[in-house]
Amino acid sequence: MADKNNQILEEVTGSDYKYGFYTDIEMDQAPPGLTEETIRFISAKKNEPQFMLDFRLRAFQHWQTLEEPKWAHVDYPPIKYQDLIYYSAPRKQPKYDSIDEVDPELLETFEKLGIPLDEQKMLAGVAVDAVMDSVSVGSTFKKTLAEHGVIFCSFSEALQKHPELIKKYMGTVVPHTDNFFAALNSAVFSDGSFAYIPKGVRCPLELSTYFRINAANTGQFERTLIVAEEGSYVSYMEGCTAPIRDENQLHAAIVEIIAHKNAEVKYSTVQNWWPGDKQGKGGVYNFVTKRGICEGENAKISWTQVETGSAITWKYPSLILKGDNTTGEFYSVAVTNNKQQADTGTKMIHLGKNTKSTIISKGISGGKSNNSYRGLVKTTRNAANARNFSQCDSLLLGDQCGAHTFPYLDVGNRSSIVEHEATTSKISEDQLFYCLQRGIDMEGAIGLIVNGYAKEVLSKLPMEFAVEAQKLLSISLEGSVG
Amino acid sequence: MLSIKNLTVSIHGKQIIGGLNLEVKEGEVHAIMGPNGSGKSTLASVIAGRDMFDVDAGEITYMDQNIFDMAPETRAREGIFLGFQYPVEIPGVSIANFLRTAINEKRKYLGLEPMTGAEFLKMMEEKKKMVEIHSKLTNRSVNEGFSGGEKKKNEIFQMAMLEPRLAILDETDSGLDIDALKVVANGVNKLRRPDNATIIITHYQRLLDYIVPDFVHVLYDGRIIKSGDKKLALELESKGYDWVKKETKADTIP
Repeated sequence: MADKNNQILEEVTGSDYKYGFYTDIEMDQAPPGLTEETIRFISAKKNEPQFMLDFRLRAFQHWQTLEEPKWAHVDYPPIKYQDLIYYSAPRKQPKYDSIDEVDPELLETFEKLGIPLDEQKMLAGVAVDAVMDSVSVGSTFKKTLAEHGVIFCSFSEALQKHPELIKKYMGTVVPHTDNFFAALNSAVFSDGSFAYIPKGVRCPLELSTYFRINAANTGQFERTLIVAEEGSYVSYMEGCTAPIRDENQLHAAIVEIIAHKNAEVKYSTVQNWWPGDKQGKGGVYNFVTKRGICEGENAKISWTQVETGSAITWKYPSLILKGDNTTGEFYSVAVTNNKQQADTGTKMIHLGKNTKSTIISKGISGGKSNNSYRGLVKTTRNAANARNFSQCDSLLLGDQCGAHTFPYLDVGNRSSIVEHEATTSKISEDQLFYCLQRGIDMEGAIGLIVNGYAKEVLSKLPMEFAVEAQKLLSISLEGSVG
Repeated sequence: MLSIKNLTVSIHGKQIIGGLNLEVKEGEVHAIMGPNGSGKSTLASVIAGRDMFDVDAGEITYMDQNIFDMAPETRAREGIFLGFQYPVEIPGVSIANFLRTAINEKRKYLGLEPMTGAEFLKMMEEKKKMVEIHSKLTNRSVNEGFSGGEKKKNEIFQMAMLEPRLAILDETDSGLDIDALKVVANGVNKLRRPDNATIIITHYQRLLDYIVPDFVHVLYDGRIIKSGDKKLALELESKGYDWVKKETKADTIP
């Protein structure tokens, strides 16, 4: 049984990527390589204010002094930063008034992803700012948002229309000196999203953005900035897939969230970038810096992520609990398959009194993949009565994959309570046979068991996202059986 | 419906079943009794398709098909149901979700449209009443944190939902108090139809006070050494298995 099971698991976990396709849209791009000239080109292309160019140049100068970090539990060939293209944008720049004006090929791409723009308009309460290769192509539901004073637009647009907000908040949570990839992003970021929720406003729609990587050999450097003013609330969703590709694609994004007094931000991601083929060839390198700050008292930020894609994931959505009585949450499901590698987790930095954080991490490894949880919980001297609860579970499919947990706890005062629980389990033959005996085939059984295992996290996702994520989990582990 | 001829089964080279014969026809209830280690659960597992055993000889046909040509999930979709002796926990998967998946897989196999949510809920309510299951049970994760009795009742409930042609209940009565035993027996009796069959594997005669079998077989050392009607079960209860062993030493039971 063991041998046969392994064989089936191998087939099941050796699934081909279902969203691999490539859209041929005319590109407007920078020549390969990274110099001060490249940065000036990007900034000029985007008609940016001077402060933005200065910011980029400072970041670039700093980046040149840094070395790529090597401490993560991942392994990949050196990235040739001078061979990458740092800017590309769909050539047909004008913003569309109606969906008919949008490049039909692009619409087809969305169709394949199962998220046609025109249908999205009808989807209850979802405003979409579709980012395709760095430049926003379409925005919907702007009117409703505008009525509430909510700003939700591409980063470039925000730079033109609301430069004072960008100048005030950009780089305050993730400074350009933060780390190698953050510095790189700060120098060359192409576009992204900006959301601003004014004081006391409960954002009437779930904000969502679809990211896609499209041009061959193009690093994608997104930047997201979310500002929630006092007493406001917003739920922000981000989801993505990418086309099949031979060469590795570098993706180094930055997400910054600022929650003021009594504000709440819920940030959800489903990440499904091309993970490379079964031999581990190709696939996206996803080196992302995500951080939020609960600036004022009683603020709350929660991260929920479902990570199924990318060849390598290096990502630690973190929170700084600065205000008193603030709350931070991190819910994560990370699936690795074939030769994927993920080193992901979170950092919870407790600065304020009575701050609370919860970490629920579920790792699922199949094939020959490696899945690591790395987390830091730190309570400083002034963070009296800080509380943390962490639970890190790993589920192994088969016997050639790896699961690792690296928890760091740094408790700086006597009144904090920090708890860490961890489990590692394997799908048992008894569970599989039980499902088979009820008429559910091996793929279905694994999908069911894995979804059950991840339920605690999936239930934190907004409804429409949860459905998508469940399908994605099954698809990621689906294979050639039946 | 089910025909077992000269079945010989081993695990890691150790023979567990040696030359077993059994015929089960539609509408019949068979009880298989025997002491610990006689091969009862192995027989149930082999019919259901658990592949940890080696079938060394013999054949099993189910609905005129060679059962060994069918994958375990195919056997299930063709109407074979195994009530497990030790039902396993599947955390995070509700019974409702589990059963809906199972039923729709079966329907797909049979070329039928999947059941809608409303149809499924209606069916679930009916079957819950039929087998006297508390309504909250189906919202819980499959067997997670269930008491022994709840697990067994859940098996009977699943059987009611899946409407099998051939149900095999592997020591479903073990560890049950008398009330739970009645619920289980009651469920089996209500589900009994002229076109389906049940094999009850049990240790004790107790269950057979509530479910009246057409045939009782004594399994000993991997073979059926005596067959009879329900009186045999009573006789066994009073005289013990040693009595059959002695009595049938020289005989060979077909």
